[in-house]
Amino acid sequence: MSRVFVSLDTSALALGAERVAQAIAAEAKQRGAAVEIVRNGSRGLFWLEPLVEVEAGGQRLAYGPVAPRDVASLFEAGFLAGGAHALALGPTQDIAYLARQERLTFARVGLTDPLSLDDYRAHGGWRGLENALALAPAAIVREVTDSGLRGRGGAAFPAGTKWETVRGAGAEQKYIVCNADEGDSGTFSDRMLMEGDPFCLIEGMAIAGLAVGATQGYLYLRSEYPQAARILAAAIAKAREAGWLGADVGGSGRAFDIELRLGAGAYICGEETALLESLEGRRGIVRAKPPLPALAGLFGRPTAVNNVMTLAAAPLILERGAAYYRDYGMGRSRGTLPFQLAGNIRHGGLVEKAFGVTLNELLHDFGGGTLSGRPIRAVQVGGPLGAWIPPAQFDVPLDYERYGEIGAMLGHGGIVVFDDSVNMLRMARHAMEFCAEESCGKCTPCRIGSTRGVEVLDRVAANRDREAQLALLDSLCDTLLHGSACALGGMTPYPVLSALRHFPEDFGIGSQDHAP
Amino acid sequence: MDASLNAELSALLDAHRDRPGALLPVLHAVQDALGHIPPAAVPIIARALNLSRAEVHGVIGFYRHFRSRAPGRHVVQVCRAEACQAVGALELEAHARRALGCGFHATCADGSVTLEPVYCLGNCACGPSVRVDDEIVGRVDARRFDELLAELRDAP
Ligand SMILES: Cc1cc2nc3c(=O)[nH]c(=O)nc-3n(C[C@H](O)[C@H](O)[C@H](O)COP(=O)(O)O)c2cc1C
Ligand code: SF4
Repeated sequence: MSRVFVSLDTSALALGAERVAQAIAAEAKQRGAAVEIVRNGSRGLFWLEPLVEVEAGGQRLAYGPVAPRDVASLFEAGFLAGGAHALALGPTQDIAYLARQERLTFARVGLTDPLSLDDYRAHGGWRGLENALALAPAAIVREVTDSGLRGRGGAAFPAGTKWETVRGAGAEQKYIVCNADEGDSGTFSDRMLMEGDPFCLIEGMAIAGLAVGATQGYLYLRSEYPQAARILAAAIAKAREAGWLGADVGGSGRAFDIELRLGAGAYICGEETALLESLEGRRGIVRAKPPLPALAGLFGRPTAVNNVMTLAAAPLILERGAAYYRDYGMGRSRGTLPFQLAGNIRHGGLVEKAFGVTLNELLHDFGGGTLSGRPIRAVQVGGPLGAWIPPAQFDVPLDYERYGEIGAMLGHGGIVVFDDSVNMLRMARHAMEFCAEESCGKCTPCRIGSTRGVEVLDRVAANRDREAQLALLDSLCDTLLHGSACALGGMTPYPVLSALRHFPEDFGIGSQDHAP
Repeated sequence: MDASLNAELSALLDAHRDRPGALLPVLHAVQDALGHIPPAAVPIIARALNLSRAEVHGVIGFYRHFRSRAPGRHVVQVCRAEACQAVGALELEAHARRALGCGFHATCADGSVTLEPVYCLGNCACGPSVRVDDEIVGRVDARRFDELLAELRDAP
């Protein structure tokens, strides 16, 4: 029996992986070849999807990108035994894009069958949870604190500190909430992990539950991820059936369970208190802080809200120890960040690297420049609220503090590339429009000011009283920065002002080359 | 009160009403079953969950995913977010409007497709992205969009 791997990841499917899997099954049947098709996660080399892998000579060999019409010739070439073919890429793990990464959180993604408990176990699964079950809650928290892990959802708050607050809060009922709203454009690491290694997230949530004393977890997933929803629902059921969730986690006598909940298309529900409102069945309006969700969160109970990547890092930290994780990275940014190369990029995909890597390395060495072949002009790092980075800053190490120093942020690690055809005034306008569209409505600057911002930028574009309008834009941004209760309003000035600062010519200032 | 609607909803409501914070799961279940959340369902849902009609109405209005009007036979969402814009999403959006002869939140004349905007489908390395019902399609240019459309119009 030959084993063939074709991904079930959303992006692989979006490029035709399902039809490729069907074509392989049909061709194998016709030739009487015994083939087992494993639907794995994606390796995250999206320009090679649909990627087909075979097991031959004790290793995994890759072919891609494969179209259904290539399948007959692959069989003809004996690809099941690693035969030569124009699409052959050699051993998967030697593909430079993959070989140069530091895959900690994504170690299993693409390698295993995401819904196979045997596969998960065979690749180190549940060891972190087993170690955690032998530790006192405070010792679990200490391990996470010592690892230096900071929240991967955007704010980079130390995970151990948050867990310690929840652990210390006296309450009968506490909750773990996994924030899987992943709303930032240019990000898909949460999705890839949930589709490619869902048990890892389940294990991480269970560890968090043990650490803080919570018996119930909620996984809040955006409704834009139907494939992740299907896979998570199946994985949660399997984990429960196998005794890793439920009243007796891993035979320990301790309880933890997870319920999957779907969002409904509101960016603001990624903000943790709006998310809690949504889970409670209301509109996603941001809550006033204090109280901290860690002390009074879901249904008023102490709640640890964490991003998917934060929780998915916990199993490894508990398996290998804090020092193993902390040894990666630089400064106060410890461990790795799964960067996501998106937009106009030739080799788009997932690149997990220790903090400290630069955009130059990611965009050129990994990304291979733009898809269009034109020069890169601007890159937005950290989602729609992140600053625009010009090529002159591509050598700044990707580190929370170093990015803060240049008025930018890493956020969830999304990197969106634009070539020289981009008009940065239009992107600034889009930021204001997005803020207006997604505002929860609580603060006037965010609700009204963003719409004013769109109008002001339209007048700048039309060169109507440009100088006065730009002064108005400045003061609008100032009001947003200081008069917003959350980062949607509070950080929309980042993309707007960074576009203006780095690309003034697009706003009709200085050189007229790019004047709109 | 619409008796058949009542009967249809009661099983859904029974399945979800005891969950803490049940409103979103209920609204999802209703929309999954009926394609939309008919205004006549609002008082039924409100009563079952012990909420006011205004609360239920407010929640439906807040979330982009929920719709009060029946959609066409298929729902096509075009991503408008930055990563897709970097590879031509706005041009695709303009093409989609022309090809369907309708704007966002509207259904084309033959009733086959409702067009909606979406901000990110998580397919950001392979845009422009489109969601057709529950499937995501990547690298959609005008030609690929027309092919998808032809398939949908032929499909029941
Ligand atoms: C407008 C807005 C949107 C956000 N969206 C997300 C999101 O999609 N996913 C996420 O994990 N955090 C998001 N956050 C950050 C959360 O509020 C919160 O900081 C995070 O879930 C905490 O988890 P962490 O400490 O593990 O990062 C968002 C914040 C804001 C202000
Ligand atoms: S800044 Fe905007 S989104 Fe945030 S709380 Fe205020 S109104 Fe709501």
